[in-house]
Amino acid sequence: MARVYDVELVAVTKRYGATVAVDNIALRIVKGSYCCLLGPSGCGKTTTLRMIAGHEAISDGDILIAGKNVSLLPPARRGTAMMFQNYALFPHLDCIDNVAFSLKMRGVAKAERRAQALEFLKLTHMDGYAARLPSQLSGGQQQRVALARALVTRPQVLLLDEPLSALDPFLRGRMREELKRLQTTLGITFIHVTHSQEEAMALADLAVVMDGGRIQQASAPRELFDRPRTPFIARFMGGHNVLPADLARSTPAGDDKAMIAVRTDRCRLAPADDVAVGGLPGQVVAIEYQGTRVQVTVRSPAGLEAMALLSDDHFYRDPLNPGDGARIAWSPDDVHPLASV
Amino acid sequence: MQDGRRSLGYYLLAGFFGLYVLFLYGPTLTIAVLSFQGPDGGLTFPMNGMSLHWFRNLFARQAVGDFGGSLRRSLALGAIVMGLTVTFSVAAGLAFRRRFRGATLLFTLAVASLIVPSILVSLGIGLLFNLLGFEPAWYSSALGAHLTWTLPFGLLIMLAVFNRFNPFYEEAARDLGATSWQCFRHVVLPIIAPSVIGIALFGFTLSYDEFARTLMTAGSFNTLPLEIYGMTTNITTPVLYALGTLTTVFSFLVIGTSLGAVLLLRRRRARLGNDAGKGV
Repeated sequence: MARVYDVELVAVTKRYGATVAVDNIALRIVKGSYCCLLGPSGCGKTTTLRMIAGHEAISDGDILIAGKNVSLLPPARRGTAMMFQNYALFPHLDCIDNVAFSLKMRGVAKAERRAQALEFLKLTHMDGYAARLPSQLSGGQQQRVALARALVTRPQVLLLDEPLSALDPFLRGRMREELKRLQTTLGITFIHVTHSQEEAMALADLAVVMDGGRIQQASAPRELFDRPRTPFIARFMGGHNVLPADLARSTPAGDDKAMIAVRTDRCRLAPADDVAVGGLPGQVVAIEYQGTRVQVTVRSPAGLEAMALLSDDHFYRDPLNPGDGARIAWSPDDVHPLASV
Repeated sequence: MQDGRRSLGYYLLAGFFGLYVLFLYGPTLTIAVLSFQGPDGGLTFPMNGMSLHWFRNLFARQAVGDFGGSLRRSLALGAIVMGLTVTFSVAAGLAFRRRFRGATLLFTLAVASLIVPSILVSLGIGLLFNLLGFEPAWYSSALGAHLTWTLPFGLLIMLAVFNRFNPFYEEAARDLGATSWQCFRHVVLPIIAPSVIGIALFGFTLSYDEFARTLMTAGSFNTLPLEIYGMTTNITTPVLYALGTLTTVFSFLVIGTSLGAVLLLRRRRARLGNDAGKGV
């Protein structure tokens, strides 16, 4: 049977003394897919990546890459390559020697390794800068060199530690496309650590949300956004109103801890006195213009807040002002029940 | 500053700086000028003609003193001290990056030798050699005495260097398949190279002009500073100045060469950078 998974984590745990950084996680990443590890800082995503890379010892559990247990192997023998957050390009070597470094360590002859390195610099459009030192490059260019340096080892799995966080927003978007293009062209698995859900949604085949050292949900981004499992996921992904379940008339009252999520773009505004509509009545506390959309926040007397994301022409047909009474309303079909954690 | 007038502070500081330079180079210059005295000239001004007489005289066999031999010994000792200091400082710097048992104690012990008066170190080593029945010599007891001075210095510099050293470089090297040795040889060493050269120069110069620590430990053959000191009490001709001028020129040559090497390296790197974009 053909191998299905490139990376499998089995009950992987990382402890630093008494603190548990990664708590008994299990994950399987399908061959040739783009996986994003996602979560707030300190959630264990970088530790997980570093354990896969072999730069951090595993306290418990096993890591399999291409079906082989690599838990005890050194980084270079795992079939992985890592791209570091600060790129870690060797400052004393020019681009081509940086990329050729791994080949040099393996004893590949100079002409041969330079030829290969140039090929990979071409792949990342940096062949014109082969003789530059890292200090003579911009952040985006350094990143491309770092990418070439990781790919030249022909890894089965490429590990990227917050690769886009050091770039300005414009460049970030371009590199994002480029990463996806490379992953598709090369057909290898990328594991990409990020704290940006936007990045994960744009890139991932499999998005893994972590919190407190555990995996909260691992699924396709669309499912993650459309059907968040817990209030944490719904809040973290954004674009959702997370509210007590008894506000939704479809849910039977009684369980006062139960929560629901309603996408803010599925919500609408209704008059405050239109009790029959349900939803959350209160006062408009914020109106944020976002170009194509307008985001209106309403706070109830009890202090609950909900937002509606409205198209601009819809909002300006009958504009509201902060302080006005209003009600955030939604259709019962759009209510998504959440699991209490 | 638009009207071209400078404040009083400027002139005070400029005067202070002038004095500083005068004190720094004045004596050296005086000696340099006096070393060109004519054959009949004395140790003080006025100049009695101009000649290279005393420089020639320097290389003739002296009645007292062995300039050539002491210079050779000082150079050799400086080179050995340099080599040992670089090797042990770098190794110790690497070791201190990991917290090992007794690290603080070892560090304190090493650095404490910096504050022990140098003449006492010298005396102690000399006495110890006598006590053990060894003959003190420049290549044994004096070498040890110099190392008590240069090693703590080297260690302190390396600690500062590794304090700022980004461990991600080593992680990246390991990720790319480098063994520990390859990682050191191809990544760590080239990155810290400027500091290592600095330690080497430090080690050499500290040893080359060390007087107090050599005084009781040199044994029967003098190093250059001891020889010069001996000469000052015995020789009353400007040959002493010729010696001073020559050693100063030598020091400048060493400094100039190392600065030149650093500049050359930088230039080479910059040139490498400049032909980028030509589609190599």
